[in-house]
Amino acid sequence: MIEPLLIEKSVKGRLAYRLPPLDLPETFVRELEPLPAHLRREGSARLPEVSELDVVRHFTRLSKMVHGVDDGMYPLGSCTMKYNPKLGEEVARMAQFTRIHPLQDVSTVQGCLSVIHSLLEDLSAITGMSWGSLQPCAGSHGEYTGLKMIRAYFLKQGDRRRTKVLIPVSAHGTNPASAAVNGFDVVEVASNRKGLVDLADLKSKLSDEVAALMLTNPNTLGLFEEDILEISEAVHEAGALLYYDGANLNAIMGKARPGDMGFDVLHLNLHKTFSTPHGGGGPGSGPVMVNDLLRPFLPKPDIIPQEEGYAFDWDRPDSIGKVSMFWGNFLVYLRAYVYILRMGGEGLRAAAGHAVLNANYLAKKLAPYYEIPYTSGIMHEFVISVKNYKERYGVTAEDFAKALIDEGYHPPTVYFPLIVDEALMIEPTESESPESLDAFIEAMIRIAEKAKRDPASLKKAPVSTPVGRLDQVKAVKDAKVRY
Amino acid sequence: MSRILDTLRYSKDHEWVRIEGEKAYVGITDHAQDELGEIVFVELPPIGERYRKDEEISSIESVKAASPIINPIEGVVLEANEDLDGSPELINEDCYANHIYVLGSFSREEYDSLMDGTEYATYLASL
Repeated sequence: MIEPLLIEKSVKGRLAYRLPPLDLPETFVRELEPLPAHLRREGSARLPEVSELDVVRHFTRLSKMVHGVDDGMYPLGSCTMKYNPKLGEEVARMAQFTRIHPLQDVSTVQGCLSVIHSLLEDLSAITGMSWGSLQPCAGSHGEYTGLKMIRAYFLKQGDRRRTKVLIPVSAHGTNPASAAVNGFDVVEVASNRKGLVDLADLKSKLSDEVAALMLTNPNTLGLFEEDILEISEAVHEAGALLYYDGANLNAIMGKARPGDMGFDVLHLNLHKTFSTPHGGGGPGSGPVMVNDLLRPFLPKPDIIPQEEGYAFDWDRPDSIGKVSMFWGNFLVYLRAYVYILRMGGEGLRAAAGHAVLNANYLAKKLAPYYEIPYTSGIMHEFVISVKNYKERYGVTAEDFAKALIDEGYHPPTVYFPLIVDEALMIEPTESESPESLDAFIEAMIRIAEKAKRDPASLKKAPVSTPVGRLDQVKAVKDAKVRY
Repeated sequence: MSRILDTLRYSKDHEWVRIEGEKAYVGITDHAQDELGEIVFVELPPIGERYRKDEEISSIESVKAASPIINPIEGVVLEANEDLDGSPELINEDCYANHIYVLGSFSREEYDSLMDGTEYATYLASL
């Protein structure tokens, strides 16, 4: 059954509540600066007129139509859909954190400031960087901020030649987008047969026109870039900087540090690695961390310890400025802080170990049924290619993904990275038990058998959802974003 | 098995070229459109610009991904296929009847060095 929009349920005059009579003096309201005429609404806003129960039922029904990690496994590769412990939710709902305002005098919010400072200390220790900023509100926003700092760094030196950013073909799509938005030209770096950065190709593209190489490690195939030290040396020899896309930090957290690999700047996705909610597209949190070279360029204000408590430091002449209102998504990174404290150093290291173990267990068990093109050194995720199923039975990666929905799973990432045909990218995370991994393996085997025996049935999937296959072309070409 | 026409020349990046007089028509191959899946947007290159061989000239977007179109031979863009603006699916329907752009003052040498149908079929089989 399809749930109608609230506006479609609207009945004229039906109300959820009535406002009490105005108890402010009329003059106060009249004295408010009136909006210019062209900005004032003529009639009343066209809002749905529904009862409270209508609203509750509407959203309760919608909530039953979605799949979250609280419902079942969510192996969406590259997205690290790990479980978000409820303790983080509880702390983020404490009045001490919610009943404050960012414009309050800092002397009255010292607790929150200490959270910001301590979290930056912890993230610096985990990544091996010297300091950072919690302002960016998403991974892509962190990338934008990081590249803006790289740009500021070269401009400060009067170097205007470095207009290129190198990005491996296997990179997340946000990397070239962030580089382009910052005015850089994107140059692709090829992958070698193992699925790693092609060193020879990289070296041939390094020059005094290159500002940075953006690298994800482990990369999007779930493989550790084993030549990272040589890569780092080559990039720095050419006078360029090395950017770490922290999307896959979950695989190495507590085991290896980007700072020790030679990275100059990175962003983290707290909503991936540090267990804050991905929450329907936001709010996320994508802190940037830098080494000493780039520290002067961090967004301002910085937070500094005083003799007593903390203060904001606005006197940062080389800063790229603010990148978000106030201090970023505080209640989101607060959850990350709770996660770090709760796990402790040993716990974080164990989480990374289990994430890698889980991915390797799945890859090993699925290998007899599915082709896994790149297998050397699988870390926290791996990529299946169903190219052979497509050729023999006409069943595509999309069909496998849809069939998994009927098995009670969120589909893996499909058609990414682009260097694998008919890709299914699977990331189980450390949250899953051996029993739930085994159940997923059984579901994948059932689908593989179905693909051979009855390919037409996969074309019909999903059948267990309120709607089946959506018209993706129409959704892109003819999107209706308002009623 | 993807469709290959013997009358066209092909690049390794899966673009085809057809010469009519002083004009070179460029499009993407059947293999490329099949890999991309349902196409939702074709970016048309700016008229009058000169592009070198292997330069990224525009992009094509499908429900799966956005991919660059790599110019197969040097030339100046004379026309772009405006029909694709409203109906990008024409490329899925018939990728050889629906070119993306037309080059003038193009390099014949580079055209001659492109693969013919048989060579392209061998190349596809090797992927």
